[in-house]
Amino acid sequence: MSRGGQGGIVSAKRKKNFWLTTMLLPGAIWLLLLRYLPMLGITIAFKNYRAFKPNTFWNNILRSEWVGLKNFEFLKGPDTAVMIRNTLGYNLLWIVLGLVISVAFAVMMSELSTRFLAKTYQTMMFFPYFLSWVVASYFVLAFLDPTSGMINAIQKAGGGTATNFYHDTTWWPLILTLCNLWKNVGYSTVLYLAAITGIDTTQYEAAAIDGATKWQQVRYVTLPNIRTMIVILLIMNVGKIFNADFGLFYNVPQNSGSLYPVTQVVDTFVYRAYANTHNLGMSSAAGFLQSAVGLICIVGTNAIVRKIDPDSSLF
Amino acid sequence: MTAIAKERKKRSGTLNRFSPGTQAGFHVMLGLFALLCIVPFIFVIVISFSSEDSIRQIGYSFTPLEWSTQAYDYTFKLGDQLWRSYFNSFLITIVGTALAVAMTVLYAYPLYRKDYSYRGFFNFLSFFTMIFGGGLVPTFVICKSVLGLSDNYAALIVPALFSPFSVIIMRTFFQTTVPGELIEAATIDGSGEYSTLVRIVLPIVTPGIATITLLYAIGYWNEWFLSLLYINKNMEIIPLQYLLMRMQRNADFLAKNSSMLGADASKAAMALPSQSLKMALVVFIVLPIACAYPFFQRFVVAGLTVGSVKG
Repeated sequence: MSRGGQGGIVSAKRKKNFWLTTMLLPGAIWLLLLRYLPMLGITIAFKNYRAFKPNTFWNNILRSEWVGLKNFEFLKGPDTAVMIRNTLGYNLLWIVLGLVISVAFAVMMSELSTRFLAKTYQTMMFFPYFLSWVVASYFVLAFLDPTSGMINAIQKAGGGTATNFYHDTTWWPLILTLCNLWKNVGYSTVLYLAAITGIDTTQYEAAAIDGATKWQQVRYVTLPNIRTMIVILLIMNVGKIFNADFGLFYNVPQNSGSLYPVTQVVDTFVYRAYANTHNLGMSSAAGFLQSAVGLICIVGTNAIVRKIDPDSSLF
Repeated sequence: MTAIAKERKKRSGTLNRFSPGTQAGFHVMLGLFALLCIVPFIFVIVISFSSEDSIRQIGYSFTPLEWSTQAYDYTFKLGDQLWRSYFNSFLITIVGTALAVAMTVLYAYPLYRKDYSYRGFFNFLSFFTMIFGGGLVPTFVICKSVLGLSDNYAALIVPALFSPFSVIIMRTFFQTTVPGELIEAATIDGSGEYSTLVRIVLPIVTPGIATITLLYAIGYWNEWFLSLLYINKNMEIIPLQYLLMRMQRNADFLAKNSSMLGADASKAAMALPSQSLKMALVVFIVLPIACAYPFFQRFVVAGLTVGSVKG
């Protein structure tokens, strides 16, 4: 390092920036090609996208005529209300249930005196999080299969009539809810538990000296301490309120058409609009609405949280 | 990790706890849910070892009339497509994870460096994609017709190569474990940026690398959506997850595609134990995860906890 004066510092800084930028490049190129380029593709939502000669994407998209909001007319259809109701309904229910159950489990686990059992519960609960919905759909099939499923076998053995689960909408709100909780409760329990373990134990001791019962300690020490974590997870979930777990809604009900009234959500709608009818314009439009509403939701909730409690906001 | 363990030990030493009755209630609730989480997998293992006759007579049951390894015998006898898919799963997972981890570490490191001039820009470039995207169809069309991701291994690897969430986890690991003075010292000693990263920084953040490696590996191992989107003709390259998914769509997939399963298959197709065989394939998919799970769980917990720290 023999360089002296201003020039040396500037060139060293430039050199450093150069090398650090080369590190970022692969990721940045990936982001540009696989995330930002598709954002330009949103124009498909406002065009009557079709093939021209030569049949390349850029040529097609440039020559396809603008159609304004014609691709958004699906919003008037009868299925749209159902799909939005399902997406919002399931998400709201699962956000509340997931929050209550995971926080309760995390509190219980932190209070067990047998650490070994607490650890075992955590290990078992976290397991489903690492399995795919394809695998989970076979688990569900083992119970609900119309010919060999366990529940049907029990029904038949008891002399009753077997329920054809994959054609009967009655039970699916419950089944989907159970599947969702089965897969995700362990994950959020682990997050809350980590936050609880980080709480300074002297706070509990001080509360005990002041005569607080264990329940009061949970109410006035544990819960306020994990509030930030609860709020952060809440923001992330509310931001995703128009997004549904595609695998859950597509694989677990076996893509069964007669279950669409209770299993159709925005994500499956977008996929089916493309896969079944090749309606690129409409499915892009639906996807764009989903992204835009998602962005508004996440920025909106974050702004509200920042006003009430700046420490809990996500960004 | 050790700090948490100490904390727990300290707390269990105090007399300040719930009554034994309440604790017993906690054990019942937690224990029941914990059991529910693994029972379906055990059930599937039992079914895979049930004889086809037993399934025909009493359906899927925890106590089959007759045990049998028939399903597994068949996977060895006629598993051409099966083993190919299993191989594909491993190949995609290994190659994808290696590339993804390299890209993520290289992206996260400059974001951790406070003295890097374009930190804010690249941070935003990555973060923004977490809250807004082009949507499924534009992404699909671009990948397929512009980037040529169709019916090839690249289509099963490239779209999942980079996750902004993992970048945040990795960056947080850098921030919490690598002191800035260390980098300054290395720079003064004349170490280049790459050699500082590889020789000085990486050895310190191995727990972080382990965490994102596992997250990517599990993601790739469980991947079926990319096959659903991008693989139309070339069924030779599909991973096991997607093979399993196609079987479900089509009850007779195995019998109909006996040619895919090998030369002897057509003869055997009549006696195929298709129900227990499917469940055996589920066991094949879950087994590597279940075996590695007790070891990797710790890293994932650490990573998710770190990653949820405010970015």
